[in-house]
Formats: sequence, structure tokens, C-alpha cells
Amino acid sequence: MTLLDDFLIRAALAGIGVALAAAPLGCFVVWRRMAYFGDATAHASILGVALALSFDVSVFAGVLATALAMATTVSALAGRGYAMDTLLGVLAHSSLAFGLVAVSFLQGVRIDLMAYLFGDILAVGRGDLAVIWGGAALVLALLWWRWSALLTATLNPDLAHAAGIDPRREQMVLTLALALVVAVAIKVVGVLLIAAMLLIPAAAARPFAATPERMAVIAALLGMLAASGGLQLAFVFDTPAGPSIVCLAAALFAASSLAGLVLQRHRG
Amino acid sequence: MSLISLEHLTVAYGGKTVLSDVNLAIESGEIVTVVGPNGSGKSTLLRSVIGALKPSRGAVKRAPGLRVGYVPQKLHIDPTLPLTVRRFLSLPARVSDARASEALEQAGAGDLAARQMSALSGGQFQRVLLARALLTDPQLLILDEATQGLDQPGSAAFYQRIEKVRQEVGCAVLMVSHELHVVMAASDRVVCLNGHVCCEGAPEHVASAPEYRALFGTGTQGALALYRHEHNHSHDQDCNHGHHHHEAAE
Repeated sequence: MTLLDDFLIRAALAGIGVALAAAPLGCFVVWRRMAYFGDATAHASILGVALALSFDVSVFAGVLATALAMATTVSALAGRGYAMDTLLGVLAHSSLAFGLVAVSFLQGVRIDLMAYLFGDILAVGRGDLAVIWGGAALVLALLWWRWSALLTATLNPDLAHAAGIDPRREQMVLTLALALVVAVAIKVVGVLLIAAMLLIPAAAARPFAATPERMAVIAALLGMLAASGGLQLAFVFDTPAGPSIVCLAAALFAASSLAGLVLQRHRG
Repeated sequence: MSLISLEHLTVAYGGKTVLSDVNLAIESGEIVTVVGPNGSGKSTLLRSVIGALKPSRGAVKRAPGLRVGYVPQKLHIDPTLPLTVRRFLSLPARVSDARASEALEQAGAGDLAARQMSALSGGQFQRVLLARALLTDPQLLILDEATQGLDQPGSAAFYQRIEKVRQEVGCAVLMVSHELHVVMAASDRVVCLNGHVCCEGAPEHVASAPEYRALFGTGTQGALALYRHEHNHSHDQDCNHGHHHHEAAE
């Protein structure tokens, strides 16, 4: 018990938990070109924070609900006149703006907006830790359970249909997993940087992976490395923790891209 | 009973009727090719058969327990997705190494198992897709414009392979193409589609039907004779055109 009393240990466990779930899910975000989709879902969650505080429900529940609502709205509107990236741009930024305005209406509650925009990993308590690891376990279980179907639907919707898989159901599974990751990551890296935890480890894993499974595992390892290492850097250099984690992830991505180039030249 | 039968199939989406009142039955072991101009509903027809599209009216009836192998029109695999040929074959259901290499051999892709999907040439890619479709030991193989992006010798070789596979596996084949003469040469029955079934029958027969000529012109008949292999069994024919066209073509 004394171990969890240390706020740095709690912070490291929180970061590792988020990375463990975000990185494999991030692989699907990369493969399916859903980067903007992840961004939009994350940005919408600030609205969830405002709603949760004004209706006095848990922030986790509020964020989960808005993230889900956002993701389903996008899925429903897709292919109805606007290009996907336009639609996502409109929804992501307007929901962020509405969220910020809504937060300003909250009276009586003094909330630290920065904590939700950039995360507040050092303030993670035991309860938060339980929510984070519970959510992460749920996301990993979802991915494990649907893995083959998700991959098939990612390759080609018609191929999925022919194999008796409904690609829209798989899309919903990903949407749910994404909302869960956003809800658990908001405390750790904040809404503005959640997409980074999804994308960067996955992208950094690509040059070293020959199969999708290996890419997911390597991405999870790199994500955990970024989370724990970034936290240490933040402690040593007295920098904000969430952004430091993302900086280290970005450095890992740069190194892996270079290594990938060298590998490619070496092979052929 | 037919493997699959389309009964008064009508499909509409986006407020537009793409197929209207299509009747078509596939019997076991036959190669049926659907030809038609762009936008004639060929892909819609196949996507209805595999269940990706719901009919607005009519029905798609499958024989109970029908095993279908599907080769999609094109498969874009994002370069960020690492996928070996072997791993691809185990999607969605895991298959044994023995089964995988057997299917690859049948499809003429025996040496490709360890390669990355994104590093394959167009022809290799199509053969791998074919191998994947053969894994389920299909009774019906469905190919949607399977030779898009291949040159003519490449497609001719691919369709010859399909015929060989049909002989080995004993499956029926339903395919769509707009490469008329190459495809028609490998078919037992051709269905000419333009939102509805214009005409159908043996390849030579369809090639000389006025409905077909109205859509494609007369230029394909000579080439057809070149590619046509020997057929000495008879076909059910729905069009009322004389059989002398048949002799003329051969």
C-alpha cells in the first residue's frame, strides 16, 4: 500500500495503463486513417467535462457519454454530402469551442481548465487509477475479442460481408473503444494530446513490424516507454508531464523512422 | 436446387434504382459471367449476392450451408498495415499451414507466403486474393472485376487459371468483367446486364444478340473466336436467337 502512496508511482502506473490501451487501438486508427476521428472524439470530451460538472456526475461518465455521442454522430453523418475531413474538422473544433464556453458558465465550481486540456497526471489518485486500469482492461478485452473481425473489416468491408462479418458493427466496437480511451486518458494527457497517445506509438512501431499483431505489441511497448520515460523527464527538468510524455513519444517516432530508412536501405 | 437464385431482385440506393427485376440462378459447376457497361449494376449484383446490399424488392436465395469464396474488385491495403500473405490468409478464420500452402499452390502463388501484401505486383495480389477465396473450399467462387489493372495477357492467364481451379475444385464461378472477349471465352454462360438482364446465354450467342451489340458494338466477335475453347456440351438459353451464330463464331 505504501507503494501507491507515492504520487510518482501512481502517475507512472496511470501513464502506462493509458499507453497499454491507447497504442493497440491507435494501430486501427492509423490503418483506417481515422486520425481526425480520434481528434474529434477527444476534443468533444471537454464538453463532457462541462456537462459532468454541471450535472454533478463523474467526469469519466460525462466524457464517455459525449465521446460516444460525438463518434456516433460522425459515423452517422459520414458520406452525406461533406468530405470526412471537413465534417470532422467542423465537429472537432466546434465541440471544443462549445465545451470551453460551457465551462465558463459553470459558477461556484472553480475548475482548472488546463488540467483537462493538458492532463494532470501528477494528481492521479487511487480511484483514478482504478478507473484507468479498468477502462484499459476493457479496451484490450474488446480488441482481443474482435481482433480478427476488426482486421478483416479494416481490409475491406465487402470482404467482411462475404465472411459473415458486419463491418458497421466492427466500426461501433472501435468507436466504443475510442470513447473509453478518451475517457480514461483525459486525466493523464488531456483532450488536446490524447490523439498523440493513439497515433505516435503506432506510427513508431510500423517499421519494425511484419504482422499487425506485432505492430500492436511494439506500439504498446513504445507507448509504455514514452509514458514512464516522459514522466521521469518531466520530474528531472520540471516540465509539464503530459506534454513531456508526448515529446518523448515523438522522439521515439523520429528515431524509429530513421531506423526504418536504414533497415530499408540495408535490405534492398 | 440452384446454389444461388436471384428472384425479381431490385436494388436501389441513393434514390436511384440500380437493378430492377433481375432473375438469375447459378447452378453448381458452371462459370457465369456478367458483362455490362459502367454503371450497369454489375458490382451491385455481386454485392447483393454476398449480402453487402439489401434488396429493395425481391430476394437472394442461397442453398443452405453454401460456401462462398469472394475475390473483391480491388483491395487497398494501407501501407501502414503490415501484413504477410500468410497472415492475410488467416483472416478472419485461422487456417493451417498445410491448407494455406495448398490454396496458394492452386492459385499459382505458391512462393508468396512470406511476402508483405503491400510489396506484391498486381498479378500476384490477385492470385493471393484467389487463394484466400479458395480456403473455404467454396461451392461458389465470386469474382468482381478481378483483373483490373492487369494487362491483357495477364488477365487471359488469370481467367485460364480460374477455369483450371473450377475443374480441380468443382466450384461454380460467378464473375463480373468488362473485358469482354477474354472473359466471355472462359464462360459457360454470359449475362448481359444494363440495370436489368438484357440477354443471356452461351457466349457466342450473347455476342451476336442485338441487345448486346447495341451496348458494346460488334467488334468483339472476332476476338471471341480466337480465345474460345472447345465446348461440346449444351447450355440453357433464354434468348430466342438462332443457333447459327454459334457456328459462325467457332
